[in-house]
Amino acid sequence: MTTPAPILAIDGLTMRFGGILAINELSFTAQRRQITALIGPNGAGKTTVFNCITGFYRPSGGTMTLVHDDGATFRLDRLHDFRICKYAKVARTFQNIRLFPGMTALENLMVAQHNTLMRASGFSLLGLFGAPSFRAAERQAIDLAREWLQRIGLLDRADDAAGNLPYGDQRRLEIARAMCAQPALLCLDEPAAGLNANESAALSDLLLSIRDDIGTSILLIEHDMSVVMEISDHIVVLDHGVKIADGAPRAVRDNPKVVAAYLGADEEDAAAVMEGGA
Amino acid sequence: MDYFFQQLINGLVLGSIYGLIAIGYTMVYGIVGMINFAHGDIFMIGGFIALITFLILVSIGMTMVPVILLLVLLVAMAVTALYGWTVERIAYRPLRQSFRLAPMLSAIGMSFVLSNFAQVSQGARVKPVPPIITGGYTLHDSGNFAVQLSNVQIVVVVTTIVLLAAFTYIVSRTRFGRDMRACEQDQTMAALLGVDVDRTISMTFVIGAALAAVAGMMYLLYYGLVDFFMGFIAGIKAFTAAVLGGIGSLPGAMLGGLAIGLIETFWSAYFSVEYKDVAAFSILIIVLIFMPTGLLGRPEVEKV
Repeated sequence: MTTPAPILAIDGLTMRFGGILAINELSFTAQRRQITALIGPNGAGKTTVFNCITGFYRPSGGTMTLVHDDGATFRLDRLHDFRICKYAKVARTFQNIRLFPGMTALENLMVAQHNTLMRASGFSLLGLFGAPSFRAAERQAIDLAREWLQRIGLLDRADDAAGNLPYGDQRRLEIARAMCAQPALLCLDEPAAGLNANESAALSDLLLSIRDDIGTSILLIEHDMSVVMEISDHIVVLDHGVKIADGAPRAVRDNPKVVAAYLGADEEDAAAVMEGGA
Repeated sequence: MDYFFQQLINGLVLGSIYGLIAIGYTMVYGIVGMINFAHGDIFMIGGFIALITFLILVSIGMTMVPVILLLVLLVAMAVTALYGWTVERIAYRPLRQSFRLAPMLSAIGMSFVLSNFAQVSQGARVKPVPPIITGGYTLHDSGNFAVQLSNVQIVVVVTTIVLLAAFTYIVSRTRFGRDMRACEQDQTMAALLGVDVDRTISMTFVIGAALAAVAGMMYLLYYGLVDFFMGFIAGIKAFTAAVLGGIGSLPGAMLGGLAIGLIETFWSAYFSVEYKDVAAFSILIIVLIFMPTGLLGRPEVEKV
């Protein structure tokens, strides 16, 4: 058996804003059905990588290749706008919450199933006349949405406006919404930001269950190291737009370059600190 | 008292027409944040299409009034929707990434284009039609004044209610409605979830234009005339109605329409016809001083 191709292969990704080189020749891969964490100090270019993957920015150079389970291959650097979600099946969340605050929790999850429903509604025509096939699809969409609400423990608040939910619930709802788009790759930008210890632990469980039970590959940006170390299969460390380490959580944590980048010291000092601490 | 009831009926009918147009303003504002100044002229186009369709149907010998009305309604909605779609496609979409005022200026331009197009192609004179729906009921006759409810008025109000119900259903219960509301709140996020924002915006213009076409047809039935310039005043009034109700709010648009219709009618009836517009706009100003977001508008939420 051959090893399956990685879900996402980034090769030589470069992003330039005027004279600023935000990402310089970044290459890494995210493996299928694994959680790959992208970490680094503030301003390292993590979110820029996400913005390139999800089509917000057109990269100045490099390629991003996404391969589905069935072998279908997409060049993310050539897709734009809603097509990234529709065809390549990449979903993402943001650092700041971007739910549709005026819509109910359930409706938020329904919007994410737009593509499925669009196909079932025969591009609005069948839906308009209430064709049975469309009704069935709509029911399935509601079932999926409710299943996710159940999973994140918000079933009893399905009809509340998303904007009125507590902060932690909104975070989880956002992940559930991304999952309702049935992505091949889920990109999460700091999902644990602002969560307390209990909520972080619940988040870790949710992400692990997404990986293990549903089999979705996850690309994660996170500052909360307890979450990162606990759930990641693989960590990529960025600093000033350059990859400085890439490997299993333990190896990355013990890498002097990584510690130096986080502490803002040079490598020898960092090594000394680690020696002393060990 | 009878006189009052008569004015109430008249005001509600006029308000229904304004409300139908106002929905187009408020919907477009909600989703792309621009005032579509060409919308009043879309209403005028709707009136003309209704007139032309009516004349064609009569000239090929159709006589059944309900069938004629239904066909006129469908054709006017379809053709005017096409106008709405085209205007959005050629005048607004290319400017969507431009500075905020650009699409608005473009809208004012489209307004002139449409009214001049109607003037050149249909002539500048007022086009009258003989009353299509005749008859009515006398609700109450006190001897010196009779409260009349004409069949036209019934048709206008019933059509408005039916369309509003259908429209409310679409917005609140269907996939398209969800997409539309999602785009209204966060276009980027909607696109990331696979919603084709451009398509959704196009459809919004199509629906707005179709409702304006209905208003145009109702105007034709009620007043029995159309002219190339009628879109301007009606458009401004409906825009006022949308602002009065709280721009961006759909029930607000209808409520604002009814309010403007009633104010105008009562002012004309009890004070002076010449100053009816002054009255309507004065009320608008007073309401906006005390309720800057309109009657049903949500307070502006700071976006972080």
